[in-house]
Amino acid sequence: MLTVENLTVRFPTRFGDTTAIENININVQAGEIHGLVGESGAGKSTVGAAVIGLLQTPGYIAEGSIMLGDTDLRALGVNQAHALRGKRISMIFQDPQTSLNPLMTVEDQLVETILAHEKMSADEARTRAIDLLEEIGIKNAAERIKSWPHQFSGGMRQRVVIALALCTNPELIIADEPTTALDVAVQSQVLDLIRSLADKRKIGFILITHDIGVIAQIADRVTVMRNGHVVESGETAQVLGRPKHAYTRALMSAVPPMDHKIDRFSVPTTEGIEGTSVSTGDLAEQWLLEEKGLSEGEQKELSIGLSIEALDVRFSGTRKSLWRKPEDFIALDKISFNVKPGSIMGLVGESGSGKSTVAKTITGLITPNSGTMMLGNEVLPAGKSRSRKHPSRRIIQMVFQDPYSSLNSRHKIGSILTEPLWFYGLEKDPAKRQELAASMLALVGMAPDAIDKYPHQFSGGQRQRIAVARALLARPRFLICDEPTSALDVSIQAEILNLLKDLQSKFGLTILFISHNLSVVRQMADDMVVLRNGVIEEAGKTEDLFERPQAEYTKKLLSLTPVMPKDWA
Amino acid sequence: MKEFIKRSEGLWLFTRSPAVMIAAVIAILIFIGAAFAPWIASVNPYDLGSFSLMDGLLPPIWQEGGISQFMLGTDDQGRDMISSILYGARLSLLIGLSAMAIATVLGVGLGLAAGFYGGRFDAIIMRIADIQLALPAILTALLIDGIARGILPPEVQQDLRVVVLTLAIALSLWVNFARTARASTFVEMNKEYVQAAIIMGQGPIRIMFIHILPNILGPLLVIMTVDLASAILLEATLSFLGIGLAADSPSLGTLIRIGMQFMLSGEWWILWIPTLFLVALVVSINTLGDFMRDVFNPGLR
Amino acid sequence: MFYFIYKRLIQSVFVMLAVAFLAFSLFRFVGDPITQMTGVETSVVDQERLREELGLNDPFISQFGRFTVDMLQGDFGYSFRTRQPVAEMIASRIPATLELGVVALLISLVVGIPAGVYTALRPRGVITQTILITTLIGISIPTFVIGIMLIFLFGVQLGWLPTFGRGETVNIGFWESSFFSIDGWRALILPAVTLGVYQLTLTMRLVRAQMMDVMRSDYIRFATARGVPMRQLYFRHALANTMVPVITIIGLQFGGVIAFSIVTESVFQWPGMGLLFLESIRFVDIPVMGVYLVVIAFFFVVVNLLVDLLYVAIDPRLRV
Repeated sequence: MLTVENLTVRFPTRFGDTTAIENININVQAGEIHGLVGESGAGKSTVGAAVIGLLQTPGYIAEGSIMLGDTDLRALGVNQAHALRGKRISMIFQDPQTSLNPLMTVEDQLVETILAHEKMSADEARTRAIDLLEEIGIKNAAERIKSWPHQFSGGMRQRVVIALALCTNPELIIADEPTTALDVAVQSQVLDLIRSLADKRKIGFILITHDIGVIAQIADRVTVMRNGHVVESGETAQVLGRPKHAYTRALMSAVPPMDHKIDRFSVPTTEGIEGTSVSTGDLAEQWLLEEKGLSEGEQKELSIGLSIEALDVRFSGTRKSLWRKPEDFIALDKISFNVKPGSIMGLVGESGSGKSTVAKTITGLITPNSGTMMLGNEVLPAGKSRSRKHPSRRIIQMVFQDPYSSLNSRHKIGSILTEPLWFYGLEKDPAKRQELAASMLALVGMAPDAIDKYPHQFSGGQRQRIAVARALLARPRFLICDEPTSALDVSIQAEILNLLKDLQSKFGLTILFISHNLSVVRQMADDMVVLRNGVIEEAGKTEDLFERPQAEYTKKLLSLTPVMPKDWA
Repeated sequence: MKEFIKRSEGLWLFTRSPAVMIAAVIAILIFIGAAFAPWIASVNPYDLGSFSLMDGLLPPIWQEGGISQFMLGTDDQGRDMISSILYGARLSLLIGLSAMAIATVLGVGLGLAAGFYGGRFDAIIMRIADIQLALPAILTALLIDGIARGILPPEVQQDLRVVVLTLAIALSLWVNFARTARASTFVEMNKEYVQAAIIMGQGPIRIMFIHILPNILGPLLVIMTVDLASAILLEATLSFLGIGLAADSPSLGTLIRIGMQFMLSGEWWILWIPTLFLVALVVSINTLGDFMRDVFNPGLR
Repeated sequence: MFYFIYKRLIQSVFVMLAVAFLAFSLFRFVGDPITQMTGVETSVVDQERLREELGLNDPFISQFGRFTVDMLQGDFGYSFRTRQPVAEMIASRIPATLELGVVALLISLVVGIPAGVYTALRPRGVITQTILITTLIGISIPTFVIGIMLIFLFGVQLGWLPTFGRGETVNIGFWESSFFSIDGWRALILPAVTLGVYQLTLTMRLVRAQMMDVMRSDYIRFATARGVPMRQLYFRHALANTMVPVITIIGLQFGGVIAFSIVTESVFQWPGMGLLFLESIRFVDIPVMGVYLVVIAFFFVVVNLLVDLLYVAIDPRLRV
């Protein structure tokens, strides 16, 4: 049905034209879900945009043909191409929060789209819209259709988006990361919906995603892309199960498995400069260990634990009515848990579960309403009552989620890294500080000359290494990692996870590892806590929880997360 | 060189937009001319002894009767127009730049603090900004000027004209900076590098000025440019209304007001040459401001 | 929704109180009201009696309270210069300024919004570049220079239009209007254009920036991807979303219209509040200055409250 041949897209820039994708060949049949998978920068979204004719300016198609049935899409004029959009090809975007016009009711948007392509009365269009919403799983559609987008929840909104893409019976739908912004439970419903639409209505889908689990779950065929080129293409089971190409194999091995624990990821690409600077990392390693003149083994005894008792955090709601006081939003409802010294504790939950609130409360950004925190044997003062000079500010360090915002882009790496050294008074001599910072960079697998550069000169993974180095230069005993890899590609994720594991065992750090990703937590954590709407659903040893989940919620989470068949890769 | 230019997006775009380059050249020339007016100008228009009524009302050189000593002609007092304009631009720029500097320091300081502390402090600053907004720039400047007339003894008034005018303009411009700085600070506050600094226990001054400020300079730079243009216009307007500077120390606005008297008689140059000069200056600054906005906000290209 | 309006109301009252306070402080502290009111010939004893009568020896707060209550009852005191009630002086000048301001604002919206939309949708066209250059020059020419140029061209050189005053006006009750005579309209054209040009450039640039922002949003891209006809895409989807932020800022700009009307009125000798204010500054006529301030703030607050209501009408997210 859709045949893309030798597609090449270029973008003119001030360095001359850059090629975004080159020689892409893709074939999609009616009723087929064709997965397009790759890491960031692979050019997978560009393929989708080129097919529907919505390349970001100033990008242009340099070569190749795109045929939809007998229609040559490249030969169409501007108006013909626009008339074809919605009618024969449609698209689903990533974020349902932003892809609906906030000022128009769902009905207006649906009816408008139908009338744009079909000759029928507004009433007929409305009837069709209501039927469609029912089919897609929106209950009481005749009523709900009159609502504005902000009156729907995230998952329901993505259904409305799908209804909009579907309302004119297109042959092909391009779904660009359709579930990335959604929680696991909603994701699985949306994926089921897409699968059933392909089966029942014989719509072809191009499913663009970075998530190999999603592909494994619903795609019939898959094309793996890297740096604008097709690496491998074919039946999903064949490509992912018995990959021919080295890159695909490496990619598959970087995906954390959920059904068993592995010691270490075999890293596909070495992005850092590992190996070249092992010797220079010694200084930083010595420095981290010398605190009390202990050897590596004894260092573990210094490990410090954290226990949290009946921690309760409430936010006052935004006031909407003159007469009613807003109800408090309960972010954490009297939760208690205990992180053992020298262990990694996983904290798992969906968005809004309160897991980041836990991190912010421990670091003192949020003042809890009640509850106590103990760091080792000392009470950890909460929120504003923690003085700026309190020792815990050094002992507890944090690695953040977004490496693009966690490093001050106007400061050089050198000054970012030496800041904890002078701020905590750990090293008086400026020259020594520079030396230590350079050595620490080597320890986390970076070239020490990074010290004179700015953050924007590094990739996401490299920045996350720098962020880890900054945390270590405070000589922490307790590390909080808040979704440290969720902004990174899988191969980079594997590297960072390896790095964290190594550092943890070498220096006896205690880590609180926060993540929404169950398979990552299984690989990292000794113990874990499952959080939902501010309440702990289940806690225990990680292996026990995965093998014998007790709480209904945990079972549901485990069953809904896309997994790959055991015999693959 | 070429490689160096390509590396910076701003520089690269600059070399590709002739209008912006011309504007930059004009602005720089005027700045230099104004800064070195005492050395460049042939006469000092403030010094009554340096020019003579005999030379009064001479037209520019390309018009009949013009002489090469006064390329752009003279006014009714016999002052060389070029010299008057250079000295006028000097005063206009001095007032504009100082007003902008004061407004920047005041506005950015308050805006940063409001964004950083949030809550009640922020609410108070923003309510004050609301009041300031309800009393627009010209009104504020006029009002301060009026108050100064009421409070200050007449003999001091003349000496303090420039100071009062500068303060009046500065006070009417700070809200722009405060609102921009606050909005940008709010965005930065949610970024993790600021949270990291707070968690470390760094002090508010260090976080605001060492961490946040360098990251919000872009939009502030745009406002500084645009507000420099506003300040120059505001000064001209106030002087034109006869409330700004007196005729013996003419700024560009005063020159235009004086020139108005000659609109209907034949001496067009006394009105239109200073006007053209003022507009050229402000257009150049605004062009540069627009260019910077485009660089910092690529969506508008 | 009620809460939103309620909050805005409270804020408005706060702004009004603050401005009233400012006006009162002006009156009380800039110069001595007694010496201003009385002549040189009044004895010190008489002055002291007058001071006592007027309550100028009372505590500050109760004076301010009385001042506010008087204002609410429409008693704005007397001008130092003309000894007339300030309320009457200002009220007689309001129609001239409001008519000028409204016509100028209409010019700026009727021309500015379409121009902004056009330049946003065709960012690379020749017409767009011309409009952009013109507006750049537009914001760079001071209002008074525009006024002078218009006077020079249409008044002096061509002699088409009157260059000062309001021309013939018609009284409708207390309201003195230029709208009901040809002569009145002719007199209105130049000042209104002068005042409108600057606002027009601001409106155009604002609409353009917002529109370009909206055009890049996900929902516009999605609407394009479903083949919504271009006309609906531009005018139903994009323009509506553009107007949400634009109307708030246009509300704020109303202050600018009033402020620049001072300049315009001065250039065209337009007998409005601005001209009165300028005169009162020259003569340090504090009561008139103070009341002008309060009246301007009041207009500003009312306009912005109306804008908030409009905002609620456009944006369903605020209608909870």
